[in-house]
Amino acid sequence: MKTVLILGAGTAGTMMSNHLRRRLDDDEWAIRIVDEREEHYYQPGFLFMPFGVYDERDVVRPQRKFIGNGVGRIRGKIEQIDPAENCVTLASGERLDYDILIVATGTDIAPDQTEGMLGADWQNRAFDFYTFEGSRRLAAALKDWKGGRLVVHISEMPIKCPVAPLEFTFLADAWLTRNGLRDKTELIFVTPLSGAFTKPVASKILSHLLEEKNIKVVNDFAIGSVDSDSHKIVSWDNREVAYDMLVTVPTNMGSAAIDRSGLGDEFNYVPTDKATLQAKGHENIFALGDATDVPTSKAGSVAHFEAEILTENIMDYIAGRELSAGFDGHANCFIESGYGKGFLLDFNYEQEPVTGTFPIPGLGPMQLLRETRMNHWGKMAFKWVYWNMLLQARPIPLVKPELSLAGKNLQAASRETATQPIHN
Amino acid sequence: MSENSIIGIAVDLDESGYLTNHDQWTPVIAEALAGEEGVAPLTDEHWKVLKFIAEDYKERETVPGMRRMNKVGGIPTKDLYRLFPDGPIKKAARIAGYPKPASCV
Ligand SMILES: Cc1cc2nc3c(=O)[nH]c(=O)nc-3n(C[C@H](O)[C@H](O)[C@H](O)COP(=O)(O)OP(=O)(O)OC[C@H]3O[C@@H](n4cnc5c(N)ncnc54)[C@H](O)[C@@H]3O)c2cc1C
Repeated sequence: MKTVLILGAGTAGTMMSNHLRRRLDDDEWAIRIVDEREEHYYQPGFLFMPFGVYDERDVVRPQRKFIGNGVGRIRGKIEQIDPAENCVTLASGERLDYDILIVATGTDIAPDQTEGMLGADWQNRAFDFYTFEGSRRLAAALKDWKGGRLVVHISEMPIKCPVAPLEFTFLADAWLTRNGLRDKTELIFVTPLSGAFTKPVASKILSHLLEEKNIKVVNDFAIGSVDSDSHKIVSWDNREVAYDMLVTVPTNMGSAAIDRSGLGDEFNYVPTDKATLQAKGHENIFALGDATDVPTSKAGSVAHFEAEILTENIMDYIAGRELSAGFDGHANCFIESGYGKGFLLDFNYEQEPVTGTFPIPGLGPMQLLRETRMNHWGKMAFKWVYWNMLLQARPIPLVKPELSLAGKNLQAASRETATQPIHN
Repeated sequence: MSENSIIGIAVDLDESGYLTNHDQWTPVIAEALAGEEGVAPLTDEHWKVLKFIAEDYKERETVPGMRRMNKVGGIPTKDLYRLFPDGPIKKAARIAGYPKPASCV
């Protein structure tokens, strides 16, 4: 009996376990999946909890509900991977051998990476909405909000779901307005980027929207420290932004287990072939989801497309064939813009987001890079799709892992896309 | 891509003034670009940064970010801001003759 071992039972690991169980012979292959948690979180829902749109029940389910019978679940903290021995050690000391390893340990916030971020203001005046706990506490704090300087902040790129901080800002604007607090609140968006977003055409449109909503933007802000005494964030070039409430996205980093194993880059992401999803330098190790360093957004939609590609490549690997499937970096992200409207972005490694229709060229019903009600409903429907189709690794009708250029207005793309993507 | 020159040497530059062909880069051009960026003359400390960018670019075909400069290059952020004030990565990448770092996805 041979073993495929999957590390992490989040979005990507769960999908892989379901794909592979359908494809691999039960008598030949055991599939085992390890996670330190029992709960599966619908992370996109963390964006909505602070505003009371979703409550805790919308975003948490037991992991076991999504993992099939033929898959062995192991609860435990991954201590270290030993590629030379083809084994993984858990914190309990248990040793798990594998023939094929799939790394899907995701990424998490690392507030300790910024001086002072975990100071007296943390969870009192300074919050995050990238974790279940953080989002819950922020929801409670917003109930007491009377007005002042509300600062939404990105610490360092890359972060998972890079549009989420903008969405939070738009939703905050609408929520404050509805609660009669908008004219008492100065809403400020602070980013290390030079624009509103990482991709030129989308950035322009989103900058315009921030201006329209009277949201002040502070660009090129590389945070050096948080000062809890005077309630301000300070950049490396000594600029200061004062806050009454700080909603920050701390530095995102991959699992410390990846670092301990010597398998990570400076963010603990696994250097991964961006087409085949094979870990660089390790034939029988593969990686997908937020745990990799591939240059596309870290998003559930990306993990979904990657899982389809990686399943084909693992079948090839087992059969001793050359890996035939290539991932193109396809990402598909809804952006909530408040007041029941939203945008949709569809892009990949080469093609930046542009206007057009999705998923049916010329028809839609979704409009790319335009603010519509239908896009908002798309985002709300995503929760159902996530719990009922995505995790089970069922194909989503009309949506393919490869980006389709049909229905996209390509002349809108600027020439700037030729610049190198890097972490700023 | 426009035909341009730096101190009389013909080079290809993009619209932000970054070299588009690294083969045209020389230490003399670096010194001239450093002048434009207001960080000339280049010291050994500057050169340590520029050399790390060059080595890392060869390996990964992308300009290293701040955290990589710290962790892999061993150059602390505060030194980078002292050596290349206001946007160290963008300035250092330009002087080193590599593309303008667009921020990651
Ligand atoms: C606020 C927010 C909004 C978002 N909105 C969207 C959206 O609208 N659309 C979209 O597509 N995506 C969105 N995302 C991103 C999406 O949730 C992630 O990209 C996706 O969940 C990644 O899946 P993953 O399996 O790689 O990681 P995860 O789902 O995070 O799973 C990683 C798993 O690994 C486990 N693990 C890690 N280290 C260890 C260890 N040492 N030992 C044991 N177990 C370990 C963890 O417990 C976890 O269960 C959003 C994310 C956030 C935070």
